[in-house]
Amino acid sequence: MKKRIRFVQGNEAVVEGSLYAGASFFAGYPITPSTEIAEHFSVRLPQVGGKFVQMEDELSAMCAIVGASLTGNKSITATSGPGFSLKQEALGFAVMAEIPSIIVNIQRGGPSTGNPTHGAQGDVMQARWGTHGDHSMVVMTASSIQDVFRVTIDAFNIAETFRTPVILLLDEVVGHMREKLVIPEPGEIPIIERLRTSVRTGVDYHPYQPREDGRLPMSDFGGKHRYNVTGLFHDMWGFPTTKPHMVRKLLRHMVDKIECYSNRICQYKKYYIEDAETLLISYGSSARTAMEMVSYSRKRGRKVGLLELQTLWPFPAEVVRHSCINPASVVVVEMNMGQMVQQVKAAVDDPGKIYLCNRYDGEMINFENVKDTLRIIQGKGI
Amino acid sequence: MSFKDYIRKRFFPHIWCPGCGHGTVLHGMLSAIEELGLDKNEIVMVSGIGCSSRVVGYVDTHTLHTLHGRALAFATGVKFSRPALRCIVPMGDGDATAIGGNHFIHACRRNIDITAIVMNNRIYGMTGGQYSPLTGTGAYATTAPYSNIDYDFDIVELARGAGASFVARGTTYHTREMINILKKAVMHKGFSVVEIFSQCPTYFGRKNNIKSPIEMLEWMKDKTTPIGSKAKQENPDLIERGVFVQNEKEEYCDRYDKVIELAMNRALKEKGEK
Repeated sequence: MKKRIRFVQGNEAVVEGSLYAGASFFAGYPITPSTEIAEHFSVRLPQVGGKFVQMEDELSAMCAIVGASLTGNKSITATSGPGFSLKQEALGFAVMAEIPSIIVNIQRGGPSTGNPTHGAQGDVMQARWGTHGDHSMVVMTASSIQDVFRVTIDAFNIAETFRTPVILLLDEVVGHMREKLVIPEPGEIPIIERLRTSVRTGVDYHPYQPREDGRLPMSDFGGKHRYNVTGLFHDMWGFPTTKPHMVRKLLRHMVDKIECYSNRICQYKKYYIEDAETLLISYGSSARTAMEMVSYSRKRGRKVGLLELQTLWPFPAEVVRHSCINPASVVVVEMNMGQMVQQVKAAVDDPGKIYLCNRYDGEMINFENVKDTLRIIQGKGI
Repeated sequence: MSFKDYIRKRFFPHIWCPGCGHGTVLHGMLSAIEELGLDKNEIVMVSGIGCSSRVVGYVDTHTLHTLHGRALAFATGVKFSRPALRCIVPMGDGDATAIGGNHFIHACRRNIDITAIVMNNRIYGMTGGQYSPLTGTGAYATTAPYSNIDYDFDIVELARGAGASFVARGTTYHTREMINILKKAVMHKGFSVVEIFSQCPTYFGRKNNIKSPIEMLEWMKDKTTPIGSKAKQENPDLIERGVFVQNEKEEYCDRYDKVIELAMNRALKEKGEK
């Protein structure tokens, strides 16, 4: 069958990926550089009988998608920088109440209003720790339009599997870049549907009692079971509790359900890693520049490889540690003042060989930046 | 059925202080639902944070206890994604007029079919008696030790101005009237706002030297009057009770259904042209 081939922006690929995954609800508020996501959803969702609403602000948009998810809809919101800060409160609610939901952050320069029209990767730590309290978070990213499409679907699948919010942490460069997108036929990429309870009407249903595998079958609002959903620590019925053993148990569950499955959640791509003497570790648009360096070096017989991370959190510590054993030097390429490099240093046996190649002035990190860094490490000077 | 069939009995006794008006509002709400004969399965009650928000814990419907001020935003997601559900949102001073003020006016403006019940007790009770946007000038609170200088909101005027298609006011003294108003509000198609004066003897009463809940209830009796009454003409300072706004205005989810129809037809047409 003829595949659908399109030439689209990263932001549009998010929309198409969401629809492929079965998204039926979007709430958002316009903000540069994520606005095209809202615009495309406003066109596409009603075409498939879904719902689009432009809310009064970013925080209400995040709240609305949690509400819509509770009625059984795959729901998503999109924002950037300041809007992502505003979403943190309700994001924490989604963590606590274990509501599948997708939050897209098309990163721009910050803090504050910062640099709205330029790319950055400065929200890596905010995505992990932006909402208050102990918690785990799933954060994914991509560097090409085809990968944006795919990772968006993966994000929905993870959200449904683990009953959790998932952050799609893209950047302005990827969001606005245009490339070819091949939209697969339905069924080509597996879609995970919500796990709904088999408990019958009238039988006591425990919405917050995990099964042995840690999963919690849901019941839609309006469905056969009436229960409580709260942002407070709660018991297996969803009713508030402050009992220490229950608080501990719930927090443990919320963290373990992500961390214990990090091998299943974590995605990455390896390019020329086996014999690499210099390893680049990168993600998002920076990984494109890193890849250019790999191609350039390999053509000249230099053994440079790339580990491209698609899951930033939970941090794929084992994969990173293992990949860093053989190379003589490892360079983390990112567009911030060094957020991921700290994680890499903490994960490896020899942090002394980890270097940072970065940029945080709004310009995309370029080939020369990476080349200069490698020359300095090799003692050649610029 | 009795209103008792709509509660989660195992969570009683409730957490509210002796003399609090919120229990009366809960009773009024459940009586209205029971008299209307509504199915528990078709109701979603969404609340924020505060004394008022604890209502949802006691009600045997689908319940969503959310963040301070954000109840209407969550409720919008619930209602808009599944319009067949009936959304009722009990709110307090802060939920409706302070931290949630923006969500409140925009829910009014959209005219989405949600019933907002604002339990106005003129104080932040859960945090221990700080002034709210409904406290009014001259009153005392733990954060207004020299008396409050903030002017208060008139919820009826605020909701009317923001475009709500049903706006009413009642009190915990006039319970039968409150039940009737709530019944109309719940059945109204569109965004409905019911402000209910509720007494907080523990904090508002104590800080303002009002000796008992009965005194507060008597204040409601003496200081309010039905809309357009003779008493109001004689004494313009009286606060009116009753239904202020009730008009037919196309509801938000219905309007969006037309968007879906338009989008689907247009997509079909474009497909045909190709």
